[in-house]
Amino acid sequence: MTAYTAIVSARFRMLLQYRAAAMAGVVTQVFWGLIRVMIFEAFYRSTTASQPMELMDVITYVWLGQAFLAMIPWNTDPEIRQMVRTGTVAYEMLKPVGLYNLWYARALATRTAPTLLRSIPIFVLGMLFFGMKAPESMVSTVGFAAAMAGAIILSAAISTVLNISLMWTISAEGVGRLVPAMVILFSGLAIPIPLFPDWAQKVLHVLPFAGLSDYPFRLYVGQIPPENLWMVLAHQIGWTILLAFLGKYMVSRGIKRMTVQGG
Amino acid sequence: MSRITVENLVKTFRVAERQPGMWGALKGVASRKHRVIRALDGISFTLDAGELVGYIGPNGAGKSTTVKILSGILVPDSGRVEILGKVPWKDRIRYVSCIGVVFGQRTQLWWDLPVIESFDLLKDIYRVPDAAHVKTRDELIDLLNLKGFLDTPVRQLSLGQRMRCDLAASLLHEPEILFLDEPTIGLDAVSKLAVRDFIRKVNREKEVTVILTTHDMDDIETLCNRVMVIGNGRILSDGTLGDLRKRVTGERRLIVQLAEDGMDVEDKDAELVRREGNRIEFRFDPDRIPAATLISRLASKYPVRDLFVENPPIEEIIAELYNDLGSA
Repeated sequence: MTAYTAIVSARFRMLLQYRAAAMAGVVTQVFWGLIRVMIFEAFYRSTTASQPMELMDVITYVWLGQAFLAMIPWNTDPEIRQMVRTGTVAYEMLKPVGLYNLWYARALATRTAPTLLRSIPIFVLGMLFFGMKAPESMVSTVGFAAAMAGAIILSAAISTVLNISLMWTISAEGVGRLVPAMVILFSGLAIPIPLFPDWAQKVLHVLPFAGLSDYPFRLYVGQIPPENLWMVLAHQIGWTILLAFLGKYMVSRGIKRMTVQGG
Repeated sequence: MSRITVENLVKTFRVAERQPGMWGALKGVASRKHRVIRALDGISFTLDAGELVGYIGPNGAGKSTTVKILSGILVPDSGRVEILGKVPWKDRIRYVSCIGVVFGQRTQLWWDLPVIESFDLLKDIYRVPDAAHVKTRDELIDLLNLKGFLDTPVRQLSLGQRMRCDLAASLLHEPEILFLDEPTIGLDAVSKLAVRDFIRKVNREKEVTVILTTHDMDDIETLCNRVMVIGNGRILSDGTLGDLRKRVTGERRLIVQLAEDGMDVEDKDAELVRREGNRIEFRFDPDRIPAATLISRLASKYPVRDLFVENPPIEEIIAELYNDLGSA
């Protein structure tokens, strides 16, 4: 195994131990899912205009969002936060690995393991009791799976940039407050992106956040035809590469600052 | 061939100064005064392969700063460092794979993983071939007696167990140089002995060069053939423990045990240090009066039951050195 796959797998195994947290997550997410579904039902019942998305699709979209919430890069890594605050972060540099790659590997595991524990029960509950529908077709299932893989890679890239930014905003307060609101709104988790005004949709489709949930979820419900999967993947991978460049640049600046001014 | 060359190392830190009180805090918002602290002020030394050096000094003297620079974590303002032909802060990734570092106050093991899994992870991070890894690992497990808690998560280990595991972790990739920053801090007597024993073995048998910072003078006395004392960012003394003793003080101690209590004992060439019941401690200068002369003179005058000569405790020597520094 290479250093990075070893880190991913060790962290993954470690995170799988947190079953109680996952249980609590499932309960919370189901609760919020129900509330959100009720809001959308009320909204659809009271409107007479035709909507860009059918209610059935919206409900499925909401449950997908609840199932994959843990994958959304809406927070910073508490351990890295701790490391930066106490200065232990300098000791990460004693390992013969690049800091960006090390933290990207961490983020990849942090975003996948808890999601795996939470998404399956929510999927089952959503399908059995809460009106979530199965994927549009076999092809869209494959498309959805591929886009979810892309979403995880992208999510880890965004998480890593957020974590690196902790090297400057030591208290992490600003990042911790601004980012969740932004990510949850722009990724379509609060309101599906197709329900945004046209001008906003144009912007949101370009931003990286649509690749986290909106694109894969719309592939699932059939709102994006499977033949457009490549566009989704190009968007996700393009942003991942761009963010990796940004992250590496930030790391080199951050290390310079740390090594000149002390931990 | 010296493995470590350090020349004229200087490191300064800028510290924002805040004036006390509300008014001071408000002034700090508008303009901030910075004070420059010279943590290292021209440090130079060389180390040969296989040395075991103690690096001591009071808190804030610059010990940790030196170790951080030598391990590639900090970049100095000026000066030259060459270790194993490399400059630590340049080409960091290649350099750190040739050294081992243990910080007594921290752990490089993964908190939630069993010890053995941390070792496996380090194998992958340092790209150690499997066969070599198994050999080194088993040897270290044996030497440090880690068998009993290899499957325990690190967070559940006692400090002594954790330190032994950290020592093993730092040597898994067989580094040529080992930096130990206060490895015995907070350990109980038994663990300290185990750690010291291990450090000595690694140094002698594996010929690993060891730089050890500590506040525990027993570490120095039992381990180090060379001691560097640092204070205010400068090297105050560099040599064997004997040299250090001589430099600060040539005095010896004579401890006399009397057969009777409450007797006054005096001698014109010896000074009384302390007295506990019938146990009396003198200090004397062996250049002024040879120990044999003093002993026979005292023995002929007083009912001596037992006596012995010893060197002043290393703690007192160091304290004296630090004091000289303060008054200078």
